[in-house]
Amino acid sequence: MLDTTATVRSEYEPVQGRIAWIEQFTGQDKLYVISLPDNVELDHDPGQFVELFVPGVGEAPFSISSSPTKDGPLELCIRAVGNVTRALDSMEVGDPLGIRGPYGTGFDPGALAGDDLLFVAGGIGLAPLRSMINYALDRPEAFGDLTTLYGCKEPAEQLFPAELQRWDDSEEMTLYETVDQCPEDQTWEGREGVITELIPEADFDPETTTALVCGPPVMYRFVIESLQEQGLADERIYLSLERNMHCGRGLCGHCQINELYVCVDGPVFNYPAVRDKSEAEV
Amino acid sequence: MKTLAKPDFEALIDGLIDDDPRSVVGPQRRNGQYVFGELDSAGDLALEYDLTALSPKKYLLPQYEQLLTYERTDGEYEMHAGTDTEGVIIVGVHPYDLAAIEHLDKVHIDTMGDEPYRKRREDSLLIGLTMQSVASESFAASMGTATTNSGYDLLVTDIGGQFVVDIGSFEGNELLADLDTRSATHSEVQEVRRIEDDLRGRFERELQFPPEELPTLLSEHYDDMEFWESYAEQCLSCGSCNMVCPTCYCFQVETVRDLGGDSGHQQRRWDGCLLEEFASVAQGENFREEVAQRHRHRFMRKGLYVYERYGDVSCVGCGRCTRHCVADVADPTDVYNELWEATNA
Repeated sequence: MLDTTATVRSEYEPVQGRIAWIEQFTGQDKLYVISLPDNVELDHDPGQFVELFVPGVGEAPFSISSSPTKDGPLELCIRAVGNVTRALDSMEVGDPLGIRGPYGTGFDPGALAGDDLLFVAGGIGLAPLRSMINYALDRPEAFGDLTTLYGCKEPAEQLFPAELQRWDDSEEMTLYETVDQCPEDQTWEGREGVITELIPEADFDPETTTALVCGPPVMYRFVIESLQEQGLADERIYLSLERNMHCGRGLCGHCQINELYVCVDGPVFNYPAVRDKSEAEV
Repeated sequence: MKTLAKPDFEALIDGLIDDDPRSVVGPQRRNGQYVFGELDSAGDLALEYDLTALSPKKYLLPQYEQLLTYERTDGEYEMHAGTDTEGVIIVGVHPYDLAAIEHLDKVHIDTMGDEPYRKRREDSLLIGLTMQSVASESFAASMGTATTNSGYDLLVTDIGGQFVVDIGSFEGNELLADLDTRSATHSEVQEVRRIEDDLRGRFERELQFPPEELPTLLSEHYDDMEFWESYAEQCLSCGSCNMVCPTCYCFQVETVRDLGGDSGHQQRRWDGCLLEEFASVAQGENFREEVAQRHRHRFMRKGLYVYERYGDVSCVGCGRCTRHCVADVADPTDVYNELWEATNA
């Protein structure tokens, strides 16, 4: 039988996808739901990324936010901060764009099976983790306790608000949230403070828990330190790191962390693999 | 090995220029320097050259290379990878540049499967040339690349009026099919060896230690920021060392829109890790903001990182970075020897 599943990773040629719908989360963050042609399955691991091509503008890497447990279109949560993302920000439902991938090394659900999972997400770092979070929620029998710590600058910057509610309501997931601070013109009844403050409060067993961490560069060192203080072994910490994975193919050099190429060796790293890499800044 | 009279070698090149659809390029003297350029006749060849401004890498991994074309009709995009990847016939390639191309082959063909490179490379021919003039900046002998016995279709050595030719491939052998060649005599082969042996002693620059020591040496000095800063202080972050390097292959992908707006192409162009924005991301973070970090990265890459991934030290000792560095801080022998002395003093 012919395999009709085309992996979209050969060469530099994307397949044409289409924006199926858009959900606006904040002033600058949107969820783009992208449908691919019928014969194309991404077949990605949680934590992998794709290269998204906006014709006439350019190409940039984005983590896949949707879980492979869910059939259907591809979901990318994207902040409008560069050329490609600003062009994307002005696009509409039905507009075509190019997708190639998936690329990189994601989280390995098989290796994580049986573990309690502690997700630590700072700001837009929730976008790559959401794929694994929803994977675990769709296969709760495969994992132990699920805990998510989510921190962002202010209430208005929260992503996936409906989903946060769903996770909070879920019996399988314990959700802790914080904002750095709440400006006067916004309302927030939860806690204020940086995400590291949630770590000692969260209820997890360091012997059986694996932490999955993604956030702004400045966050990693503090989160790792705090996890270590709680007794988590380095091998039980996974980091999703962001660099400019410009080609996705281990060649262009922009995403290098010392000798590592984030686009092929990462973006998900077991902490010991990058612990001694000065350019990882972890 | 075969022997070929000089007029026959020239006839070979002229025949290729006339009959082969591919471009035939070779070293020439232009505007006071040696460069690889398209040949109109074998008479253009400057086979006495010491070092060209750019390496023949520019033909296999062009400065600008189309990766993808796109065109919109009725709201649908047609997107196609691929380029006019015609090979080239490169004449007169010195052993250090052949070594560099072998390394690029390992990365792009054997390991990462880069189609544009593979197509171009496999459709190309390399006619190597034993070097007889040594650039003052070169230290190829230290890197083991002053001579070679691989990486070419043909390798020619000028023994004075005669060319001794070593055949490196089936395609190379085919080139000689219609020419008046004879087997090289023992004394001719000895003359080639004598030229090669003599050559290794003519380099003004050298590494004070075997290049196999480089990976360890560099990892020991990674955190020696004072050292890296001392070199970086004068560095202009111009990226010339990257641009002229025969083994640098980093690139930037950019979109070129046709005037109508509905079509265009994606191309890659050479990029360099010394350039200020090389390691920055869209959100504004620059992961190698300091010149010293970028400077260190280049030397680490050449002597350690690439070695760890591919098993090759990726400096071939050509000396181009030394020659083209305006601030005179790019010379690998200066940097590596100083580290060696610091460790072994």
